[in-house]
Amino acid sequence: MTLLDLNKGEKAIISDIETEKLPFKLIEMGCLPGNEIELIQLAPFNDPMYLSVNGCRLSIRRDTAQYISICK
Amino acid sequence: MSKSINVALIGNPNTGKSSVFNDLTGLNQKVGNYPGITVEKKEGLCNLERGFKAHILDLPGTYSLNASSLDESVVIELLLNKNDKDFPNVVAVVSDVENLKRNLLLFTQIKDLGLPCILIINMSDMMKRKGISINVEVLEKQLNSKVVLYSSRNKKGIKDLKECLINYRSISKEACLSFKEIDEGYFLNLSKVFPNQNIYKLWLVITQDVNFGNVKRNDFNLTKDIETKSSSELKRLQQKETIKRYQFINSVLKLSYNVDKEKATDLGSKLDRILIHRFWGYAIFFTILLGIFQVIFDWSSLPMDFIDESFSKISSLIKETLPAGLFTDLLSEGIIPGIGGIVIFIPQIAFLFLFISIFEETGYMSRVVFLMDRTMRRFGLSGKSIVPLASGAACAIPAIMATRNIENWKQRLITILVVPFVTCSARLPVYLIMISLVIPDDRIFGINVQGLTLMGLYLIGFGAALLSAFILSKTLKIYSKSFFVVEMPNYKVPLFRNVVFTIFEKTKTFVVEAGKVILAISIILWALASFGYGEKFSNPEKFIVEEEYQNMDDFEKEILSFKLENSFLGNIGKAIEPVIQPIGYDWKIGIAVLSSFAAREVFVGTLSTIYSVDGDSEETIKSRMLNEKDENGNPVFNLASGISLMLFYAFALQCMSTLAIVKKETNSWKWPSYQFIIMGAIAYLVSLLAYQTLI
Repeated sequence: MTLLDLNKGEKAIISDIETEKLPFKLIEMGCLPGNEIELIQLAPFNDPMYLSVNGCRLSIRRDTAQYISICK
Repeated sequence: MSKSINVALIGNPNTGKSSVFNDLTGLNQKVGNYPGITVEKKEGLCNLERGFKAHILDLPGTYSLNASSLDESVVIELLLNKNDKDFPNVVAVVSDVENLKRNLLLFTQIKDLGLPCILIINMSDMMKRKGISINVEVLEKQLNSKVVLYSSRNKKGIKDLKECLINYRSISKEACLSFKEIDEGYFLNLSKVFPNQNIYKLWLVITQDVNFGNVKRNDFNLTKDIETKSSSELKRLQQKETIKRYQFINSVLKLSYNVDKEKATDLGSKLDRILIHRFWGYAIFFTILLGIFQVIFDWSSLPMDFIDESFSKISSLIKETLPAGLFTDLLSEGIIPGIGGIVIFIPQIAFLFLFISIFEETGYMSRVVFLMDRTMRRFGLSGKSIVPLASGAACAIPAIMATRNIENWKQRLITILVVPFVTCSARLPVYLIMISLVIPDDRIFGINVQGLTLMGLYLIGFGAALLSAFILSKTLKIYSKSFFVVEMPNYKVPLFRNVVFTIFEKTKTFVVEAGKVILAISIILWALASFGYGEKFSNPEKFIVEEEYQNMDDFEKEILSFKLENSFLGNIGKAIEPVIQPIGYDWKIGIAVLSSFAAREVFVGTLSTIYSVDGDSEETIKSRMLNEKDENGNPVFNLASGISLMLFYAFALQCMSTLAIVKKETNSWKWPSYQFIIMGAIAYLVSLLAYQTLI
């Protein structure tokens, strides 16, 4: 399951990330395995996604979100 | 002991770093560019106590030392180059009390470079409302550094900070992280080969793609003792490093930082629910945009009219008081109107940056980017391009200056290149007079055709901007790391002082940078219009017979008009006539188009000089234009030439102020020249097509 499967308002734990494809900036903001991630809001067409992770709120595009695996 | 201390202010974006900078330096600051790149360089002086002075360098906001943009690479290049004259004695890391965990990542990185670091915890006034408590002593001990609780709003912590800066030598330089824990073999070997170098510094040089002054990357590949790792292995190690850093940070914060969620008020989430709502989010944004547009358009017109009047008064005053001659003419017809042409833009620039800085300060800008990203991306732009594009409807100059928020260079360049297509307010006087001349005042389905034409022209402008953005995004071969990670900062009440500083800075940049070019070209245009060769220019009285005119006034006007016809500008107009005839213009319109480079609205004024009509009164000039006939007795301004002229103004980049600001923002004449030539070519072709089909 990846971040794309998360519904609005849901929380999950990051289980794995594709280190090579994920922007390093996102990793440094705390997108690391074991951290909790919440989907706060989706823009129309579900893109970009507004997330809260590691106490930090940010938005990323769907093509980035596919590299983050989660378990609910 | 030197009493002058080099201080670098570093911090994540949205931590209020610029407020700290403004607090420390006040008006003692200077804003420039780093050589060769368009990254803003802000520096200033601060008097500490006991005769100590600090030179403060406000570095661009960065999330980490692993640079992912030009702005961020400036930070790391400075920190790795000990020979740089700005190399800091001490680094003040600005953090936001609510995002301390993430902010500390950057702090540990900088500390690992072996620099004395002070941690400024900004916005400490928010602690109570957010239920945060911090044990500063424990935090200082854990971080082995100095910590200052700071609040720009309440002017708290400035004194402590200054004290810490004076005593920077007592701050420990010990690293936070032990690299051996990440990959023992690799890092032990690294420190053996380069025994005198800081290990984290070596690591940064290996992993970063930046040019550094003192250590060359090639040295590493040449050294056989070092195992070279593939980029994916390096990235894995970096990830491991980041995990280790967060482990350290978590252990530090566990002892010193506590959030009581019960006491926290979360207004931000409530605001988010409305401001980025799928429907209301857009409704609110477009209402705000419309309001801003109105304000820039309306409120500016009053000071702009005032500036316009004042400068023409100064001009006529000079003409009356100074002895007649070349110098007086240069002053009253070249320099003063030239300066006026610069000053007149100030109200619009100031108003636009008032709103933009409020957007930025409150955190609303990130929400706009979130809402608009998907739509703008289709045209190769970024969510951040929407504000420059919309402001282009007032004036392209502040709009282009507003593109600095776009980190991705390709998207920023495209935005800069297409903004001038958007119908700016200077085109309006030209459109209005042409529409009233050639478009019938009829109604179709109850809608006024003239109004419809005007709307059509606005749509053409916006459409051309989006279409060319799309084409440029497909054709421009610029590699620029493109990923979209936008922080959604907490909402804040803007600090008045920061807003004022931004407005002041942007206005100053415009006046100084674009002003030079505008003034120069105004003088050139004046010279071309006031000088000529041959008998006709020097002795017009021989050709115009005074007796044919009823009064002196008419005679003098005819002389002026005759002189303009035979000036260099008139000659140029006649020389280009073969080129502009196919699109329906005679040499007189040609001159008016040429002089529009000073500012598009000059079109009307130039025509009134050429037709030697009295003043700029719209009615008189209009009736004169209606009566203007070509050799065959057909009206010069007909539907075909009128449409052609409007389309030419819609597409051509005939505004030297815009060219000057594009040069400033792209750091070369390459892009403004492309822009000028291509937009000119499009304008010509479209006008040609329109004229030839309509005639």
